[in-house]
Amino acid sequence: MVNTILIIAAGIMMLAILLTLYRFFKGSTECDRLVAFDVMTVSSLALIGLIAKFTGRVIYLDVAMVYGLLSFLGVIIVARYFEKGL
Amino acid sequence: MENSILEIIGAVLVLLGSVFLFLGALGLVRMPDVFNRIQAGTKASTLGTMLSLLGLALITPAWWGKLVLLIIFIMITNPVSSHVLARASYCIKVPMFKKTVVDQYEKDAEKLFKKETNNE
Repeated sequence: MVNTILIIAAGIMMLAILLTLYRFFKGSTECDRLVAFDVMTVSSLALIGLIAKFTGRVIYLDVAMVYGLLSFLGVIIVARYFEKGL
Repeated sequence: MENSILEIIGAVLVLLGSVFLFLGALGLVRMPDVFNRIQAGTKASTLGTMLSLLGLALITPAWWGKLVLLIIFIMITNPVSSHVLARASYCIKVPMFKKTVVDQYEKDAEKLFKKETNNE
């Protein structure tokens, strides 16, 4: 029963990532695209955690850590670039 | 197939977190403005990811160290990135929604950006 609930949760997360991908491609300004990128990476971080549970390997949590760190740095750097230029 | 009560509570928490992630993505599609999208998207995604990782820590108790580290990391970095996003999109004057009533950041923003130009 636990596995069924987890598979349903993974499906809902994939649907959420698809919705943010729609906003990422359509977004009318560049800040919309950046917000969509931020939400998409944080959602996929939860999905990487679920993949670690499905495969039973703890190394995917390290992957999620590095992924979150890189997405945070990318969002900060691109936002500063929008604000006053590099 | 027997599951302990802790695993079932963890699975329900993961499901709740995924529902919050979906609502955040739906707000990102439906909202009319950059600032509304920041408001809807980043808060809901922060709560959803934290709930999912907490549920995962209840399901597999051997991994709680790394999962709690990830939760603290999300809790620190995601509000910072949403704040920087809002500040950048105010600074480059992204047009607001037509029905916006009040903008209380205007005077402070004038002072702040004047000070920055003086420093340069």
